[in-house]
Amino acid sequence: MALQIIDRRLAGKNKSVGNRERFVRRYKAQITEAVRRAVAKRDIRHIEQAETITIPRKDIREPQLRHGQGGIRDSVHPGNTDHVRGDRIPRPDGGAGGSGSQASDSGEGEDDFTFTLSKEEFMELFFEDLALPRLLRTHIANTMQYKSRRAGYAHDGTPHNLAVLRTMRGALGRRIALTKASHRELAVLERELEALLERASDCKEVDECVNETGAAAAELQLAIEQLKARIAKVAFLDPLDLRFRNRIRVPAPSSQAVMFCVMDVSGSMDEQRKDLAKRFFILLYLFLTRHYEKIDIVFIRHHTEAAEVGEEEFFHSRESGGTVVSSALALLDQIMHARYPADEWNIYVAQASDGDNYGSDGTNCRNLLVDKILPLVRYFAYVQVAEEEQNLWQEYSELLPMFPHFAMRKVGQPSEIYPVFRDLFKKEGVVV
Amino acid sequence: MNLSQYPVLARTESPTVIRPAHFAQPLPLAPRPAGERPAEPLPDPSDWTFELIERYHAVIAATAERFGLDTYPNQLEVISAEQMMDAYSSIGMPVGYRHWSYGKEYLATERRYRRGHMGLAYEIVINSNPCISYLMEENTTAMQALVIAHAAYGHNSFFKNNYLFGMWTDAGSIIDYLVYARDFIAQCEERHGYDTVEQWLDSCHALSNLGVDRYQRPSKKSLARELAERERREAYAQQQVNELWRTLPVRPDKDSTVPQNQRFPKEPEENLLYFIEKNAPLLEPWQREIIRIVRKIAQYFYPQRQTQVMNEGWATFWHYTLLSTMYDEGWLTDGVMIEWLSSHTNVIYQPPAGHRAYSGINPYALGFAMYRDIRRICESPTEEDRRWFPDVAGAPWLRTLHHAMQNFKDESFIGQFLSPKLIRDMRLFAIHDDAEERELLVSAIHNEEGYRQLRQMLSQQYDLGAREPNIQVWNVNLRGDRCLTLRHTQYQGRPLSDDTEEVLRHAARLWGFGVQLESVSGDGEMPVLLHSVPAPPS
Repeated sequence: MALQIIDRRLAGKNKSVGNRERFVRRYKAQITEAVRRAVAKRDIRHIEQAETITIPRKDIREPQLRHGQGGIRDSVHPGNTDHVRGDRIPRPDGGAGGSGSQASDSGEGEDDFTFTLSKEEFMELFFEDLALPRLLRTHIANTMQYKSRRAGYAHDGTPHNLAVLRTMRGALGRRIALTKASHRELAVLERELEALLERASDCKEVDECVNETGAAAAELQLAIEQLKARIAKVAFLDPLDLRFRNRIRVPAPSSQAVMFCVMDVSGSMDEQRKDLAKRFFILLYLFLTRHYEKIDIVFIRHHTEAAEVGEEEFFHSRESGGTVVSSALALLDQIMHARYPADEWNIYVAQASDGDNYGSDGTNCRNLLVDKILPLVRYFAYVQVAEEEQNLWQEYSELLPMFPHFAMRKVGQPSEIYPVFRDLFKKEGVVV
Repeated sequence: MNLSQYPVLARTESPTVIRPAHFAQPLPLAPRPAGERPAEPLPDPSDWTFELIERYHAVIAATAERFGLDTYPNQLEVISAEQMMDAYSSIGMPVGYRHWSYGKEYLATERRYRRGHMGLAYEIVINSNPCISYLMEENTTAMQALVIAHAAYGHNSFFKNNYLFGMWTDAGSIIDYLVYARDFIAQCEERHGYDTVEQWLDSCHALSNLGVDRYQRPSKKSLARELAERERREAYAQQQVNELWRTLPVRPDKDSTVPQNQRFPKEPEENLLYFIEKNAPLLEPWQREIIRIVRKIAQYFYPQRQTQVMNEGWATFWHYTLLSTMYDEGWLTDGVMIEWLSSHTNVIYQPPAGHRAYSGINPYALGFAMYRDIRRICESPTEEDRRWFPDVAGAPWLRTLHHAMQNFKDESFIGQFLSPKLIRDMRLFAIHDDAEERELLVSAIHNEEGYRQLRQMLSQQYDLGAREPNIQVWNVNLRGDRCLTLRHTQYQGRPLSDDTEEVLRHAARLWGFGVQLESVSGDGEMPVLLHSVPAPPS
């Protein structure tokens, strides 16, 4: 019998992707909501995962005309154990199902519909409508980095870039071209000479013959010498032959970023305020990972002194004390200079504090920002996780007109985090 | 009855059969004798290779031929799990138009598969000529052999020979038609916007159960003819509709075509989508065409819904019989045998009523048991069998089986062949559930007086006419508000489900004016207005 086996494994999968897109589009509101809920529960480094989404079954059902509950039904079932004809069985709770064991007519239970959103879809929905603000994009464009890339061969360059193989290939070609005619001529002369010498050995003892051939041979000999000399004069390597590897500089969008999370852990920052801060950091982290291939996070916590710590300690350590905000900013400046030169890194800072600062330290903070930090960073977002405006807020407010990439907002409730974040990073022209 | 919850060995789709000229060929009387015993069985590494598949296939094919299985040529396609899920969620068809509900199906399938709820052996047969069976790359050699026997010989021969498939479907044009449908709907999306088309499709889908001609065979047309007719159809349809809805007064000397008090349509129309396509006054040509596409596809799948027990049972019977024969004849190792048997056992497991896993009768289990039982009745009939099946008892089993496969659908197959012995084996019993009563009644069990009743009731359980509510187009208010009246004829006093009003809103969207539904009791008495849905906002 005729048989054909075809290997289709490499022939496109994801034929359903269009249907899947239509599904997500249709249930966007529910899905987006679920995405936002999911984010609130995650820790910062694991946020960017696929997510299981659940949509109530009733929202997703496709209605059909079918029989409902009620009326008379006769149904046949397997596995009778002890019933005899005429037995009466109490109706199981909830109508169908149970010991009466009627399969549901509609074939659909009321379980919720659950499916998994891929990481990509998840992030897509989460950051819909958001973008790095325009000012940032121009800023990035101005400090474009360059990458050096190979671009064929050039006639001049530094010895370091000499392409030996290419050069020698060229030299060989040139030599062949320049000496081909001479070589051909040489071959002819040599054959003639050989023939002559052969003839000379034939005409034994006949002086005339010997003299004649001798003279002709000498003449040929001379011509051969001259030809060889001419061939030898062709240079082995000529400056014309030199080839250098050519490298050009192409603009490369910088693809690495560092995010400084600066958090106040003074006595007044209770768990709730830390939680607000954490959520804001999570959003920023997620957002930046969408734009950069590589992203570092530096956690700085401070009370009267600042320290660089790990994520766990950053969010959960209980140590606390008074507040000197400038200590954190000074440390930030140090780290930035030591490890993240601004011409290689896109630097972002998110600072969270309840705004309560020690005495005159607000001025120090402002000076640090103006002189050292703000000129180097892409975006500085200050979030005050408390309502009342204290001295830090006032000092920072003065920065706003000078630095368009400095932003500050107040957040009092978890529900305000996302709107504030969206506000800070909204796309041009999108109403939040 | 929900059949979809069973472990699916095969989803059988797209019956595309042209009744072959040799259909009248004589049925095989008995299997032909085996060839020589092989020196050693086929190798059984768990990883398959193309060469191994060919060797297994060759033996399966030869064995199938001895049993007279008449199939289309086979094309086996190896695909990955993702591709299988793609295929699975687009109703098994290689092409289809885009719609969110298929996306939903895909997501559900993916989830079941990832959680391991779906058997490894799952595969799809596309019924075409050649018949395409998908082999999933994750399957072991033994499972590939099972799938080949099940799909490429079981389902394939069913498609080619069962009368319903031959009568209702057309292999030559279905794939082309689906490509046309996909392209047409994509064009509509471009022209009229995703949302508009999606809504329209939603509404068509909601009525797709009522988009089937139950008693009329569809005409078979090539795609070229289909396309050529489309334009004429569009022009003509509009003309007809205009005629129907003409508002100018009819000249008195001419006979009025529609007397004031005559109903329209004259006869009740069961195919609601067809009726709307032809008569809705306000539709754009593209809207009519989409209704037609959905209707055609629903019609196309209609025979499948009527032969699930038979089709799955047949394929299961044959993978069981072919592989067992091969084992007896020395082709299969113990390892292969045990592996496919374990899979086979899962597929035909029937949990008893009351069991946690019970959700109705497993069509694989019932179908398999019935074909086995028919063979038994032929080969070693008891006194009881002789009384119940005088024609079958003692007849050549192979011919009887082929005959049974070719000429029935689930309803009549069960009505004809369910034997008392099988009723006892499965310990079948019937529950009479009258919503008026406080308790359920056991109306029949597997004893002498229950056999006929059980057989008749089970048969009816597979009658689509009884499973789905009977709703017909009853009347249109031609002179007034153009409201469409549907009439539901109750079956055993069963009401309609809660979805009804929503479906009617979809119907109103398609019709363009108000729709109402009235219900009459089984004897046609006392219409009761159930729902009335106003015209959709324009």
